[in-house]
Amino acid sequence: MTANTTTIYRARRILTMNPSNPETTHVAVREGRILGAGSLDDLTGWGPYTLDERFADKVLLPGFVEGHSHASEGTFWRYIYVGRFDRMDPDGKVWPGATSIEEVVGRLQDHERQLSSPDEPMSGWGLDPIYYGDRRVTRQDLDRVSTTRAIGVLHASGHIFNVNSRVLDLAGLLRPGINHPGVPLGDDGLPTGELKGPDAMSLVGHHFGFDREAMASDEPGLRRFARLCVRQGVTTATDLANLLPDEAVSMMRRVTGEADFPVRIVSFRRFLGMTAPEVIERALALRKQSTDRLRLGAVKAFVDGSIQGFSARLRWPGYYNGAPNGLWYTAPETMRELYGAALRAGVLVHSHTNGDQATEMALDCLEAALLGQPARDHRFTLQHCQLADAAQFRRMKQLGMCANLFPNHHFYWGDQHYAMTVGPERATRMNACATALATGVPLAIHSDAPVTPLGPLFTAWGAVNRLTASGRVLGTEERISVADALRTITLGAAYTLRLDGEVGSIECGKRADFAVLEDDPTEIGAEHLKDVRIWGTVQDGRPFPAVAA
Amino acid sequence: MTDVGSTRARRLPVTVIGGYLGTGKTTLVNHLLRHAGGRKLAVLVNDFGALPIDRDLIVSAGGDTLEISGGCICCSYGSELMETLMALPSRRPDLDAVLLETSGVALPGMVANAVSLLPAYRIDSIIVLVDAETVLERAADPYLGDTITRQVASADLLLVNRCDLAADDQRAQVVGWLSAQMPAAPIIEAVRATVPSELVFDIEHRKAGPLAPSALGAPDASALYEAMELALPDPVDAEALARDLVLPSFGLLRAKGFVRDRNRGPVTLQIAGARHAVEPATNESPSRLVLIGQRGHLDRSAIERCVAQHTR
Repeated sequence: MTANTTTIYRARRILTMNPSNPETTHVAVREGRILGAGSLDDLTGWGPYTLDERFADKVLLPGFVEGHSHASEGTFWRYIYVGRFDRMDPDGKVWPGATSIEEVVGRLQDHERQLSSPDEPMSGWGLDPIYYGDRRVTRQDLDRVSTTRAIGVLHASGHIFNVNSRVLDLAGLLRPGINHPGVPLGDDGLPTGELKGPDAMSLVGHHFGFDREAMASDEPGLRRFARLCVRQGVTTATDLANLLPDEAVSMMRRVTGEADFPVRIVSFRRFLGMTAPEVIERALALRKQSTDRLRLGAVKAFVDGSIQGFSARLRWPGYYNGAPNGLWYTAPETMRELYGAALRAGVLVHSHTNGDQATEMALDCLEAALLGQPARDHRFTLQHCQLADAAQFRRMKQLGMCANLFPNHHFYWGDQHYAMTVGPERATRMNACATALATGVPLAIHSDAPVTPLGPLFTAWGAVNRLTASGRVLGTEERISVADALRTITLGAAYTLRLDGEVGSIECGKRADFAVLEDDPTEIGAEHLKDVRIWGTVQDGRPFPAVAA
Repeated sequence: MTDVGSTRARRLPVTVIGGYLGTGKTTLVNHLLRHAGGRKLAVLVNDFGALPIDRDLIVSAGGDTLEISGGCICCSYGSELMETLMALPSRRPDLDAVLLETSGVALPGMVANAVSLLPAYRIDSIIVLVDAETVLERAADPYLGDTITRQVASADLLLVNRCDLAADDQRAQVVGWLSAQMPAAPIIEAVRATVPSELVFDIEHRKAGPLAPSALGAPDASALYEAMELALPDPVDAEALARDLVLPSFGLLRAKGFVRDRNRGPVTLQIAGARHAVEPATNESPSRLVLIGQRGHLDRSAIERCVAQHTR
């Protein structure tokens, strides 16, 4: 498409998210941007055009915006998927869920037979043994795959590795006398092969390709991530916690700048290893390196850990199973300093808060920082924010905060939250999307890919239905409508990234970013929202069919 | 089977230095670097944010490593403490000890537990600092209270720092509160984290003869601390002796010695605050113990009675 030509796409239906023109049939595109949406008659006045009929039987929505994902989802697909649920890889192949430990081992054995060298390491990911009853996966299970090569499998939560005896041996851990909560021991006094938490995990990851060096600046991974985005209708995706060293930035600029790169990547600098003023300075320097398809200059901070890892900070009465309270990842003083410095510099900060005490701390810190540095449109966002109650949403509203909630969690771990981590009542209010909307808190919803699969329509399905893996509806009152859910995965997420003037709706002047769907998400039925078939995307006016991704 | 754990090539002692923001962890690290006594130290800090090392000690800086005078280094580990520790021995085979400064919200006990998974290291002690002026307020803070008490509960040695800023009754209140929290750990009051380096380091390191009180590091240390030496010609139950000597009533802050264990032969006995360790000795030395405590608190006769009891 040359710069000055106009293409008018005819579609079966276009849902614009523009309240003054919510639904139409044609959209005119020039120079990668939207000239207008309307009937063909409304658009011909812009001059000569080509009528493109390829979407005549498709439904167009604004390109989906994934407000909390990690490009490492693309990296993980270099390993073998052994999760419990079906998952589509970047090639469009659906890997069936493994229904038993036997199937997990079988899949690894199949792959092992294809390897030629006897000591080449092998890795898997997505393992979720909670679905296989009480028995844990052990090194003996993985020893059936191989005793000569190092084998390690990452759990779906990202917080546990299972390894074979060879890995334990290489790491010096196949010995008696180990006394660490992250290294459970078997009846023989030796480690079972489970390594829990970052400390224990870091002892072994490098033996089977899960070291940070291998995962940082992963160019093939970024390309795979982009292909997954096309398959899921995503045209703007966050890479929410990257240390963004110079070499990673230059790789990302180069790759995203290629003519056929299909996604806008919004990469946040993780707040780690620097003081608050330093990270703000770094963010401002990174902002200058932004391009059309690589947006830099925002900061991500971690306030606490995870609920299922019992490292999230909970208010009274704490964890349902009596586990001690979790850990602060950043001190309150430091959060206040970060918020203050960011408000002064106009830098966007998103903060990971899982537990409700972490959310409260972030609210207190922002409230204090705003007293010192009033700001009217900061859009600081609480990410996950899973346990926030109604009063906290009211404070978010008053302080101008956004929430990006995590409904996918309900499907994957809702039953565990109900039974073990937070108990029935708080599990019911987790990810309170309806309360957020009723309170007027700007809302996005997310996958946290690779923790759960990238797929905004699946996430929307989660927010609309709130079903758990066992089929329980967890929090009937917090379900939201299909229309609201579709808005959160487009304009809602764009707003939290300060990109809502540019993307998130189909209207004059905005980027020509579309999710191209075979089925109409407003007609397929709320319970089938996740089954909407996706043709692909148009990004900056460039069509990307999923079949070619 | 590669049993790395049993290869007792000298394991590097690690001193974990914990405590909330502003309690003086960095000040203590700098003080120890200035009184390193020729030891080659690796200082590991969470980040280089607010300059972790006094400028006059820095020889050169590059990437995540600072070269420090006397052959010491300082590395920032960020989220990669274990990776940094795993790489350290090959980067610096000549190290004598590691000082590990945790982040202000970290739980030092958890950090020490993680280090203990690495066969190349042993935890020498966990020192937790509190700020005499603010610790009680923080311990009552709804966000920080449990973090502060969990930090304190993991200490082998508690350092009440910035005592010059607190009134006498406030200091007494702090010490009372700490004793109730963690009765096993000795409590030391300090200003600008000034403590004898012998309380932190292996006290016999590179010292040919017995330790004299005058060797104690800090300028006014000899007024505040004293050392004693005990010969132990006869075999003892070393583990039982070490377990008893850490009891607070003896007033002991640090001890090191070679003794002959009744069953195990020559062993090294170490005491650092509330922590003790008995390990097979690598070389034969005369059986004796060197002990350090606060002046006036070290109960020599009680210690001698205790030793005699375990000799029988």
